[in-house]
Amino acid sequence: MADPVSTPRRPFRWSAILDHGVLIAGALFMLIPVYLALTTASHDKLLIQREGLQWGFGDQAGANFSAALFQSGGFTGEITGATMLMNSFILGIGFAIGKIVLSMMAAYAIVYFRLRFATLAFWVIFTTLLLPLEVRIVPSYEVIQGLGLANSYTGLIVPLLASATGTFFFRQFFLSIPEELVDAARIDGAGPVKFFIDILVPLSRTMIAAIFIIMYVYGWNQYLWPTLITTEEGLFTLVRGIRQIVQAMAEGSEIPDYGRAMALAIVAMIPPVVIVITCQSWFVKGLTESDK
Amino acid sequence: MAQLSVEHLSKTYPNGVTALHPCDFAIERGEFVVLVGPSGCGKSTLLRMIAGLEDISSGQMRIEDRVVNHVEPAERDIAMVFQNYALYPHMTVYRNMAYGIRNRRVPAAEIDRKVRDAAQMLNLTEYLDRRPAQLSGGQRQRVAMGRAIVRDPALFLFDEPLSNLDAKLRNQMRIEIRALQQRLGVTSVYVTHDQIEAMTMADRIFVMNAGRIEQIGTPAEIYHRPASTFVASFMGAPPMNLLRGHGTGTGAVMLSGGLQLDLPMPTDAGRDLVLGLRPEDMRLSPDGPIRFDIQIVEELGATRLLHGQLSEQPFTVAVSKETQAGPGIARLAFAPDTASLFCGQKGHRL
Repeated sequence: MADPVSTPRRPFRWSAILDHGVLIAGALFMLIPVYLALTTASHDKLLIQREGLQWGFGDQAGANFSAALFQSGGFTGEITGATMLMNSFILGIGFAIGKIVLSMMAAYAIVYFRLRFATLAFWVIFTTLLLPLEVRIVPSYEVIQGLGLANSYTGLIVPLLASATGTFFFRQFFLSIPEELVDAARIDGAGPVKFFIDILVPLSRTMIAAIFIIMYVYGWNQYLWPTLITTEEGLFTLVRGIRQIVQAMAEGSEIPDYGRAMALAIVAMIPPVVIVITCQSWFVKGLTESDK
Repeated sequence: MAQLSVEHLSKTYPNGVTALHPCDFAIERGEFVVLVGPSGCGKSTLLRMIAGLEDISSGQMRIEDRVVNHVEPAERDIAMVFQNYALYPHMTVYRNMAYGIRNRRVPAAEIDRKVRDAAQMLNLTEYLDRRPAQLSGGQRQRVAMGRAIVRDPALFLFDEPLSNLDAKLRNQMRIEIRALQQRLGVTSVYVTHDQIEAMTMADRIFVMNAGRIEQIGTPAEIYHRPASTFVASFMGAPPMNLLRGHGTGTGAVMLSGGLQLDLPMPTDAGRDLVLGLRPEDMRLSPDGPIRFDIQIVEELGATRLLHGQLSEQPFTVAVSKETQAGPGIARLAFAPDTASLFCGQKGHRL
């Protein structure tokens, strides 16, 4: 760091005001809804029903959050926010880990083994980027249903796993690992499995962390597929459950419990935010540098 | 007993390119052999074939009388030092050195002893807990050597290990490697494109060019009796002067500029010849038989290089720092038995 005394004052630029204005506007645009959700979650449902979103904090925060997490809801009344939170964790983590394991092994096969159609295989995997789950949702449902995996964690996670993005990232990373390292490992008596576990996995750890974050958040935010494949309320995820609260109440001709739904939305936001913030440095490292 | 011997060994890639033409040689126990040649001459391919990293297209290779054509690198009882060190970046120096023998299920106590011995030998003891990224280039190179030593192999293989170091460190490591090799007595094959490394380190040099071994010999043999014009021009700095001409049939060469030089060997009349003269074998003498037109003088400190024209062909003379010389006409003389004579068409020594 330079000595602050000797640092010359930077000349004032009018364009800086514009730059900051744009940034501040963008930040407010992103943050105000979050703020509104937080404030609204601290009010009574009657007040929300009467007056809409609330800008100031009320006194019902504790009640709403505990209701969101622990009060049973849904038609059968057997699901609580905490259960949904757990389901979302299982989906997010299972999805991220599954994707990493699968795409890493696929990339390993493509880069390090003399397969006859390795390049073709890679491009076939790559084209699946054009076919996300939403496009193939009907056949995917058919298959999962046929396998009897509807309403199971397996059915929830597996169809989402095949990942071109992960395979692509790992392939590029493996290609950048010097060939000498592979030679050295061969001379040191590391076979394919040993090389993968002893050398490649530790070298990829920042990469793995970065992809884990992306995939975890992606899995956490899944809505369409969980809605389709889980009909048992015990398997509902948070993102899906928020809607369920409002809907169940509305159809039961009661006043929808908006405060509770908002509280649940806030809860749903926390885990991805925590993960992104804590793993930020890993994330940047993984995508930008490598310690080869 | 030969430590390494090959018969009709060759390498052809699937796309039809021949990287190594069939060759035969044997390397004795404890010998330090240097493979030298320009880029793409096949020296690294040959080394990688010895290591087992490249398949052998045809021929046979033996290490300690065992045919190793289809033996995995780890089973060949070799150790290799790479150009870019190839250290595992996520492992400490200790684990880098121990990794190979750990995979061989050597008992932990023995691993520890071997690693610490090697570290001691290479002055690495205080760095054992560091990662490669925290070491200087020279230290990393030592770790790579340590990894090789710990394996206690029948054969050390070096693939241009010094080319990433700066000039001063390179000289120092050159001596260190040679001293270590002599101390351990391990047979070594060393690849380099640097003819100074080859001359200073080798017991025997294999000069390679375009996938062929052009000459095998001690540094002195290679230097004084080069087998071809390629070897003559590749080994030695400044390189040997090669003068085009043809035989007179009377034991003399008529250079293409019109100068006739007498030699102690017969020359076929009219045959195209190349006469090789080392720059330092020439001496300035006022009544010498050869006219030399000096154009540029290069000061190297210990010696002085005189570049100019001899019989209308470029020519260089090296003189000691005591000899004064400047641009202009000078007279040269040489001892005829220092001259080399090559075939003008095929380039081989006559």
